[in-house]
Amino acid sequence: MKEMLQKLREEFGVAIAQVQDAAELDSLRVKYLGKKGELTAILKQMGKLSAEERPVIGQLANQVRAEMDERITACSASLAEKELESRLKRETLDVTVPGKTPVIGHRHPINITVDEIKEIFIGMGFQVIDGPEIELASYNFDRLNAEEGHPSRDWSDTFYFDEDSRVMLRSQTSPMQVRAMESMDLPIRIVAPGRVYRKDEVDATHSPMFHQIEGMVIDKGITMADLKGTLNEVMKQLYGKDTVTRFRPHHFPFTEPSCEMDVQCHKCGGVGCPTCKGEGWIELLGAGMIHPKVLEMSGIDSEVYTGWAFGMGVERLAMRKFKIPDLRLIFENDVRFLEQF
Amino acid sequence: MNLSRKWLNAFVEDADITQISDKAFDEAMTLSGSKVEVTTAPGEEIRNVVVGKVVEIRRHENSDHMWICQLDIGKEAPVQIVTGAQNVKLGDVVPVAKHNSYLPGGVHITKGKLRGEKSEGMLCSLSELGLDIHDFPGAFEDGIFILSDDPELKDKLVPGEDVRPLLGLDDHVVEFEITPNRPDCLSVIGLAREVAATFDKPLKLHTPVVQELGKEELSSLLQVRVDAPELCPRYSSRMVRNVRIAPSPQWMRERLRMSGVRPINNIVDITNYVMLEYGQPMHAFDYRYVKGGKIIVRKAEDGETLTTLDGTVRKLTKDMLVIADETRAVGLAGIMGGENSEIVEDTVDVVFESANFDGTCIRRGALALGMRTEASAKFEKGLDPMNTVPALERACELVEMLGAGEVLPGMIDVENHSYEPYSLALRPEKINELLGTEIDVDTMCDILRKIGFGIDGETVTVPSWRGDVRHYSDLAEEVARFYGYNNLPTTLMRGETTRGGYTQEQLVENRLGTLCSGFGFDEILTYSFISPDYYDKIRWAADDPRRESFRILNPLGEDTSIMRTTTLPSMLEILSHNFNYRNRNVRLYELGRYYLPGGEDGLAQEKRCLSLGAYDETMDFYTLKGCICAILDDLRIGDVRFTACADNPSYHPGRCAYVFSGDTCLGVFGQIHPLVAQNYDMDTELYCAELSVEALFAVRGAQSEYVALPKYPAVMRDLALVCDESVTVGALEDCIKGASKSLLREIELFDIYRGPGIAEGKKSVAFSLILRADDRSLTAEEVDAEMATVLAALSEKLDAVLR
Repeated sequence: MKEMLQKLREEFGVAIAQVQDAAELDSLRVKYLGKKGELTAILKQMGKLSAEERPVIGQLANQVRAEMDERITACSASLAEKELESRLKRETLDVTVPGKTPVIGHRHPINITVDEIKEIFIGMGFQVIDGPEIELASYNFDRLNAEEGHPSRDWSDTFYFDEDSRVMLRSQTSPMQVRAMESMDLPIRIVAPGRVYRKDEVDATHSPMFHQIEGMVIDKGITMADLKGTLNEVMKQLYGKDTVTRFRPHHFPFTEPSCEMDVQCHKCGGVGCPTCKGEGWIELLGAGMIHPKVLEMSGIDSEVYTGWAFGMGVERLAMRKFKIPDLRLIFENDVRFLEQF
Repeated sequence: MNLSRKWLNAFVEDADITQISDKAFDEAMTLSGSKVEVTTAPGEEIRNVVVGKVVEIRRHENSDHMWICQLDIGKEAPVQIVTGAQNVKLGDVVPVAKHNSYLPGGVHITKGKLRGEKSEGMLCSLSELGLDIHDFPGAFEDGIFILSDDPELKDKLVPGEDVRPLLGLDDHVVEFEITPNRPDCLSVIGLAREVAATFDKPLKLHTPVVQELGKEELSSLLQVRVDAPELCPRYSSRMVRNVRIAPSPQWMRERLRMSGVRPINNIVDITNYVMLEYGQPMHAFDYRYVKGGKIIVRKAEDGETLTTLDGTVRKLTKDMLVIADETRAVGLAGIMGGENSEIVEDTVDVVFESANFDGTCIRRGALALGMRTEASAKFEKGLDPMNTVPALERACELVEMLGAGEVLPGMIDVENHSYEPYSLALRPEKINELLGTEIDVDTMCDILRKIGFGIDGETVTVPSWRGDVRHYSDLAEEVARFYGYNNLPTTLMRGETTRGGYTQEQLVENRLGTLCSGFGFDEILTYSFISPDYYDKIRWAADDPRRESFRILNPLGEDTSIMRTTTLPSMLEILSHNFNYRNRNVRLYELGRYYLPGGEDGLAQEKRCLSLGAYDETMDFYTLKGCICAILDDLRIGDVRFTACADNPSYHPGRCAYVFSGDTCLGVFGQIHPLVAQNYDMDTELYCAELSVEALFAVRGAQSEYVALPKYPAVMRDLALVCDESVTVGALEDCIKGASKSLLREIELFDIYRGPGIAEGKKSVAFSLILRADDRSLTAEEVDAEMATVLAALSEKLDAVLR
């Protein structure tokens, strides 16, 4: 019997090695281990054995059965694995077929630029405010110390709605300074982005409607050094921490002292190149200490309070940021343009 | 303002200034407040052009018009140059462009052969050197520039030397941007003062001296009367007799040319020269044509005409100021002289005018006549009335210096102003507080003195030409710009902290933008002003009250002449642009303003609109509606309903709806009327929405609070109903909701069917209902009972039955 078992074991070993699929494995299992299987048949003859042989053969038989079970299980697992592998292979996708992209719209480049600047100022404690575009000339001019006769008040420069030149399209965001002084409690820190209008024919660098951002601070003890410090910080956040700025004297009716701020050309580092038109510097904004008359006209004691203000054009900033060569593209709103940003 | 560096050097003779490079000069001036736009060197393009003397000249054997010249150009042997010009003679001295030389316009001259004869360069004409007959009045216009014919050049000619210094082409011209508060810097002297202060060097001013060699009494020949004193604060005048009109000397012509002024003759050149040097416009009249020897400064009469020096007939109005004699106007005050009193070849007696006119009057007059001149550009800024006399003296001094005539003794000086020097306290501590500096008083005083301010203890006297300085903050700017803006400290603000951020409205607006982007809409920005006919294009009736718009009285053109009362046409314009370029799947949004009459102070009510616009296969009515619902949902806007809108002329009458929250109308949306689309040349279905941002903001929901998740399972039942075509889905939904108040949690339409199996005029509408109770699991009986109630209500109210 021992030989029979040994022989069976060998036969099984050869047979299982040739199994190709689950069905074959199952018939193999039935053949050897089933109720009418070969091992069972051998075990049925156990009764004929002597008392001494029985435990020995019994042990061997159990061992053979266990071995067979184990190999069948292992074979089954390996078959399943193969089966999975081949299924996955069949399921292989062409990963270069385009994905199903959800369409995301694009923010207009002007507003991307405005948002960026607003966020920087918000981080410095500035409140964002807005106000009317159809504005009183008194806010746009008189209260900003640009008196009757100031050239920018001419009908050739500014759009008016009445013969008395009383109501106009604001030519700058600066009237928001006056509106803030009138309506807000001191101290004030505001930025006011918005549309402004000037009588310029449309060309590559001009538009009768464009955008500005106004900023203003009023508090006790505000200095021109603060103006420089704050705007330098803003420029570092906007253009990187190595940004170099310079301040030049300039003139605005509503600030004194007044200045313009340039940033050193990032392309040439100040040597002069086409980007900066050879100057080495790019003019960014106008600013200054709020003119005492302007404070006084809004009922703020200029002996106690001082402040600074700035105004910058957004289009020029956006055009530089995104390398947009022509202002007309900005208001044409072609989706092939819009979807680039 | 163009400044000749050589002219400037006459006032600041320090080598530190005269030798400094253009770049360093420009930067220093820009940083002290006189912004330099650009510096140009007119002779820069000319290289390798020298003085040459013709030592031999003969005809070219193979040409009937060419000449072969041998030229002494300072080398041992002469060079041979062939010329086609006919005005060159033996012994003439001429400009020689040598082999490998450059002329204006990038012209490169090299040696070559002309009909077999070698030519080692070229002889130059005036125009080849970038000059014209006004620069050298005696020269040939169409031939070689014979240097030795010019009386002022002939003794300075050394063969071989660079021609540029000889012809004044070695100058550098600095173009300044002068801010409107500094008309004093529209002059060589004014800028020289800034230069001297910037480089901390002395300013050398000259006081004119007039010898007055004329014999007659001025008052017997000339009288001046100012009838409009408010527009003419000062009128100073002198007279010159026995004038000899001639070209002015080379040095004067050069300076004029570098300043961009064309030389004409000595008298006219003197007026221009003094205007440039002193910043005081001058005028010269021919005395013959001042009838009655009387100059009257008066307002023009409406309709009065005057032919100005440029030969144009000007029609004047009563707002304009003229210089007149007893019979007629002879000049437009401060703008341009009249042709009738122009200085001409045979002028014998000249009246010089050096006056001060009202800036606004001059500016408006020049603007109205469309003739902004050098003089008017200066007057319009408001000039210093104390400058008329020195300028007049300088002009007379130049007349004598040039031997141009005999200056009569005396001057007529009509003064209608009351100039008093302006004084104010220095307040150094306030200046330092404003600047954030600790500059000592002496430094401040030094700076102010350098630019002409008087200091007496704590009192500062402002010079007459600085009408812009009236307050300590003005003094602070003067101190700061010479101390150096870039030397001021940089600090961060101290003081009370303020809370930065957006208002609630701005946050909602930002959110709307983000949502629209999320739905695939691109943001657009459109002009706020439109053409009145845009209202026609969107089919608004001629008497539609919404056409009442803010109208710009001086628009750029009709198409940008009114402030829009709706954003719809702007959106359609942009859709149309994109359609024309065959852009596909276009979805756009704008958070735009529109402007309604009736705001405070006569201003507009500026409203905000979320304007959506789209076309192409991805868009239809229900897609747009879905986007709107998502927006409302995001803003937690409740009680939303949609009602059909058949009467909006811009929209398809059967595909347009109002959206409401409760009683608040939030806006309108739908398919654009095909006739409107046609007006914009689009033959496609367009979908637009106009939602009021204010309304959305007003009805937005409060912040959400947590509601416990359901503990008990929900039951889903489908309900397929058959009803009349006229019964809307909304009505069915409302009816179902009304009938199942306690258990219905959600209702969702999943099918609408018309066709076989459903009678004509009927439709089948299928809903999924989700029912749930919060405190128990629903039993089948309960659900059945609820559905029975629902069906009963549907049948009773809408005649809708189970399919």
